[in-house]
Amino acid sequence: MNVSLTILEIAVILLGLTILLVDLWLPTQYRRLLGYTAAAGVVAILIGSFWMPVGEAEFAFGRMYIFDPLALYFKRFFLLAAAIVLVLTVDFSERLPSGISEYYALSLFALSGMMFAASANDFILVFVALELITITFYILTSFQRNRLTSLEAGIKYLILGALATGFTVYGIALIFGTANATSFSVIASKTADLAGNPLFLLGTLLVLVGVGFKIAAFPFQMWAPDVYQGAPAPTAAFLAVGSKAAGMVLLLRILFGVIPQITINWTALLMAVSGLTILYGNLCAIPQRSLKRLLGYSSIAHAGYMLLGIIAVNQAGSTAVLFYLVGYLFTVLAAFGVICVVMRITDSDDLSAFAGLHSRSPLLAAALGFSMVSLAGIPPLAGFFGKFLLLRALLEQGTASHYWLALVALIGVAMSLYYYLGIVRTVYWTKAQSNDPIITVAGPIRCVLYGCIAAMLYLGIFPNMIVNAAVRASLAFQL
Amino acid sequence: MSTITYILLWPLLGAVCVAALPGSFRFAIRSIALATTFISMILAILLFVGFDASVAGPQFVQKVPWVQALGISYHVGVDGLNIGLLLMGAIVAFTAACMSSEIETRLKEYYILLLVMTVGILSAFASLDLFFFYFFHELALIPTFIMIGLWGRGENRNYATYKITIYLSIGALLALIGLISIYVQTGARTFDIIELTRLVSAKPIGAQSQGIIFPFLLFGFGILVSLWPFHTWAPLGYAAAPTATAMLHAGVLKKFGLYGLIRVAIPLLPDAARDWTQVLALLCLGNILYCGFVAMRQKNLLLLIGNSSVAHMGFVFLGIASLSLVGITGAVLVMIAHGFLAALTFALIGFLHRQTGTVEMDRLGGLLPRIPFVGAVMIMAMLAGCGLPGFANFVGEVTVFFGAWKVFPVITVLALWGALVIGGVYMLRAIRTVFHGPATTAFESLKDAVHPLARLSFVLLLGSLLLFGFFPRLLSDKIRPAADQIAAMVAPRETTAPVLAGTSAATDEPILRR
Repeated sequence: MNVSLTILEIAVILLGLTILLVDLWLPTQYRRLLGYTAAAGVVAILIGSFWMPVGEAEFAFGRMYIFDPLALYFKRFFLLAAAIVLVLTVDFSERLPSGISEYYALSLFALSGMMFAASANDFILVFVALELITITFYILTSFQRNRLTSLEAGIKYLILGALATGFTVYGIALIFGTANATSFSVIASKTADLAGNPLFLLGTLLVLVGVGFKIAAFPFQMWAPDVYQGAPAPTAAFLAVGSKAAGMVLLLRILFGVIPQITINWTALLMAVSGLTILYGNLCAIPQRSLKRLLGYSSIAHAGYMLLGIIAVNQAGSTAVLFYLVGYLFTVLAAFGVICVVMRITDSDDLSAFAGLHSRSPLLAAALGFSMVSLAGIPPLAGFFGKFLLLRALLEQGTASHYWLALVALIGVAMSLYYYLGIVRTVYWTKAQSNDPIITVAGPIRCVLYGCIAAMLYLGIFPNMIVNAAVRASLAFQL
Repeated sequence: MSTITYILLWPLLGAVCVAALPGSFRFAIRSIALATTFISMILAILLFVGFDASVAGPQFVQKVPWVQALGISYHVGVDGLNIGLLLMGAIVAFTAACMSSEIETRLKEYYILLLVMTVGILSAFASLDLFFFYFFHELALIPTFIMIGLWGRGENRNYATYKITIYLSIGALLALIGLISIYVQTGARTFDIIELTRLVSAKPIGAQSQGIIFPFLLFGFGILVSLWPFHTWAPLGYAAAPTATAMLHAGVLKKFGLYGLIRVAIPLLPDAARDWTQVLALLCLGNILYCGFVAMRQKNLLLLIGNSSVAHMGFVFLGIASLSLVGITGAVLVMIAHGFLAALTFALIGFLHRQTGTVEMDRLGGLLPRIPFVGAVMIMAMLAGCGLPGFANFVGEVTVFFGAWKVFPVITVLALWGALVIGGVYMLRAIRTVFHGPATTAFESLKDAVHPLARLSFVLLLGSLLLFGFFPRLLSDKIRPAADQIAAMVAPRETTAPVLAGTSAATDEPILRR
């Protein structure tokens, strides 16, 4: 057993505990700034992760915990996302009634859960990591106790999340009952015998329900729009990026690492889920007026796109998903960053609040514009290259049904152009109301937004580095 | 670095400089745009002059690996197929910048978009890498949409913007599926078009896969070129677009789909291409006849020219469908000629619209004495549009008919009728209504084009039409080696004999001489 492998998680948890402790002695007016400390700490851990030696897969806690390039890729991903979200939170924290330090600490605990999920090699750890993420998010979602919508979102998330957890536990129980093990390594060696066992298949399917809930895939997407709309903007951002990526890494670990053969058998099912997710997300996003809600639906659609890579069941597929997530991180966080700032001023995320944003703050308009164009998958931004990789992975299988699915995805992308460009239109075309003030953006957020724009361009024009990293991480799967 | 890279870098540099300037430096912004497009036009002319027509493969090649894991590289080069298009694109880009003086609001954003669009267009035609070929086309499309939405004219602007966006995006995405499938099916792990062509001629893609992939490319590219019945976006879009956008899109960017068919779809999927030629030939009649009739009924000059531009695309499709050396050469000639012509007519109508405030033909009349220069150029452009000898369009169209005659005699006869009779009717009628007849008193203060830049751009475009009309060998000699290669690749296995005989005769020659 090798505890030193979990050093990144330990560091994050210690950071969270430190924040809680410091809060006891710190005068109230300085507590807000703890967020910058937390962000700096997370960035330090992220930088430290580059000194972690990584080669062959190593295990800890009786093979429950795996440390390989894939795990490290996702850990860095989560650390980066958390650092940006913490910076956004500081800007947002004025609107929180109290308990700002707890908000930071909970975000860090959710982060540790995501990092454990990246290293899960056992269904028990899957469950623990998922619960660590979900339960902290119940609290983070309803953190604005003075707003009914926030509480409503929290309750909805709690009820549906608890239901999904129930499915997961039941699934794990069935898997344990049939395979007599919960370890991925053991089950993977037995799949040839288990592939015909209906109870095992039912168990896996139920676990996938739980994970599908995390990534908001159809038909477990119900919560996403309500929660995104009601939750505080930084929470919604972290949900959109971190929680979804945690679901994706578990999906990859289970479908590609443990039961690749069964995944291939289930291609038709996964295709239906992916196609419906894409269509549902894009169709429902069209009439939305609330930007956060719209991003909720769009996040459903993007889960559908990422499933295209899963359906491919090849290393190209996982490479594509990994790259797509990084592009998605910068894109979505830029959008939520803008929402954070605008909501601080106007207290509304209705599209009319963004009208003529260009004349009130060119930076915010540019960030939102770039982010929408990237989400729509238009070159030269990150979203285009991600979609390109996904399509390529999907078409590598080359059967007629794969082509049909590619067509469905294409229709989804064409529909999404309508509402994404609609937002760009609102931001640049529509005249601002004359009494709308000029928006000043705080320094750290300004840096974050510039960074996100640069990253979207960099990933779209020079994708080489991240593609190579994703390819290396994908070697974890023997497909 | 290859000259081509410089041709592409100058407008990009211009865009970056304009982005760095404050929006109030209107004169500087416009000068930068004019200067950079002018330099890239001069470089393109030098490239055209320096092109060696006797070499079959690509020249002025530059290749830089980009994403090794996927085999993507920045790879530019010109051969007979794209040298003329690149030249035409660079000239049209400069003239489009000249004609942009009509823009008065948000100058900075406008010129950034115009220059980015120019970079995208020229790079798409220069790319020999399948990925960047697509990438740059998309890069050029987005400014098109934004420019129509922001600076477009008419009440239909919003509708036209959404229509053109959705049509062209679907077309591009369909083509993307096809392009990726080709990459995947060859299994070569490279996006290099030259390399792929070589691999496919050694070991063709399976017939069944070809049958699946080809329709994606045919209809994807087809939508981009306004193939009937997916053409309805074009007249509306051009009527709503600002002058420069209409010039660049109708003139140059639209040819991307045709170029893609000739460069990628036909040589890489030859078996499927042969199966689909009948369909393509029938659909091209839709363009020529149906859109010709629609153009006849138009009362709005912009819609008339928009429909006629769609009809002209039919000739290119017919040339491509013939799959013969002559037909493909003719198709490339029409593409280049139509590029100049479309840019010229949209520039002229843009000028008229700015002067008179209307493009409704009922309200215009007897304009020729008031604006002799613009009127004369316009009449010549419209005659070129009916395929009058002396203009480059005639050369291209007649070559297409020669090429298509052997394969589709009936369709060629119908197409000829469409070209000569229908085209003649609407063009001559437009000339009569707008320029001849009694002058309406409304336009007494009308001014001719006096600005040297406006005159220069009309002269450049019309001059190119005449130059290539009188000396078509300047183009056709360059096109032939490349077109020959493609015709040989797509020729059925049995009839490859004449080609082989030709090459053996060539190798025999030195012996005879000895």
